[in-house]
Amino acid sequence: MNSRIIIVNIIRWFLLLFVQIFLLKNMGFYDLSTPFIYVLFLLLLPFGIPNILLYLLAFGTGLTLDAFYDTMGVHATACVVLAFVRISFISISLNRDAIDDPEPSLSYMGFQWFSLYALLCVLAHHVVLFFLETFRLTEIGYTLMRCGLSCIFTLLIILLVEFIFYRRTSR
Amino acid sequence: MRNLWIFISRYNAFFLFIIFFTIGVSLTLKNNAYQRSVTLNSSNEVVGTAYERLNVFKRYLNLGMVNDSLAAENAKLKTSLLALTTVDSAKDTKVIDTITNQQYTYLAAKVIKNSITLRNNVMTINKGALDGIKGGMAVIAPQRGVVGFIRDVSDHLATIQSLLHKDTKISVVVKKSQALGSLVWGDGNFNIKKALIKEVPNHIKMYVGDSIVTSGFGSFPKGILVGRVSKTNVATNDNFLSAEINLFTDFSTLQYVYVVKDKTAEEQKALESLVKPNE
Repeated sequence: MNSRIIIVNIIRWFLLLFVQIFLLKNMGFYDLSTPFIYVLFLLLLPFGIPNILLYLLAFGTGLTLDAFYDTMGVHATACVVLAFVRISFISISLNRDAIDDPEPSLSYMGFQWFSLYALLCVLAHHVVLFFLETFRLTEIGYTLMRCGLSCIFTLLIILLVEFIFYRRTSR
Repeated sequence: MRNLWIFISRYNAFFLFIIFFTIGVSLTLKNNAYQRSVTLNSSNEVVGTAYERLNVFKRYLNLGMVNDSLAAENAKLKTSLLALTTVDSAKDTKVIDTITNQQYTYLAAKVIKNSITLRNNVMTINKGALDGIKGGMAVIAPQRGVVGFIRDVSDHLATIQSLLHKDTKISVVVKKSQALGSLVWGDGNFNIKKALIKEVPNHIKMYVGDSIVTSGFGSFPKGILVGRVSKTNVATNDNFLSAEINLFTDFSTLQYVYVVKDKTAEEQKALESLVKPNE
């Protein structure tokens, strides 16, 4: 069971990064809306993962993305922020002792919880990402617009993917 | 110490976040030229603004000294201005031509009536016979360029037959080749900025950009810049070369002119009148 989770996550990591780097990197609507689907990997890490491991994975994933995007440290920082939001949100919204689901996915947690969870994490990630990329406050309107539109795009794809791999479970 | 450790491990998510976030941002700043430059520049800006504020303060303290030096400079300038204004600049100025031993004097005069739109233009100046002006004297423009000849003289005023007149003919030379010609205006060209140089011998080569100066054979002193050749080989019905030139004189904005007094003019005229025509 444990090794299965690890293997699934490794496969997911490669798959998502592959799609992100080779497909979605070339996509975008007028430079305004760019999807960052790879954050789904961080969202779907199992509940029981230690914080330090989660941060390390987030940082490593971000650095890998940075290597391909030539933005050293930007994605890594954004992913760390996402990890922090993920930990905070889970600890606030769920009772730590009552968690018996393996991972926070749509199949286990239901649409309402998962969509809010994904929205908050993706929003935090995108805000940090775009502001670090722009790195000035003079174009704040444009940056915020990019944040919002990209957020919508990313969320849409994440929910689509989740519905495709939806497994009805007996809750 | 133990409590601190418990505190840290309880909020380990936050502390780990701080650590990783710092690493991420420092990586960003270290490896991305743009982000680094923005950070450096804004910090420089902060420092610069602080120094500027300080400077304003310092300047305020130095105001007394600056004031004194300005006053001293003012006094100096006023003294030199006095030396300038007490001299009547409208008086005769002497130009001594040491080569031919001729002597010309210039008299500044103000143009009180100007005309440029007619075929034959005449202007009026505010100096007349009492200032020593006689008919036939040459008139030149302040910086460079010729204006015309004195036509009629009253006690206090005089009229100038300007270059823009059908009877005006000024003897000029091409500066490079010293080829003689005469400057006329009109002849199908009524642009006040252009004139024609005519009667240049055929073997002379003229190029666009050649300077034209007065020859010194008429009332004009030798070597006054008239204009520059703008078009060569203008077709005329004689056996001489003609060229179009751009005049240096701007007749439309003429305010002051110099009347050229020639000391030997009358002597020359008297002498030359002894030679009978068709002798």
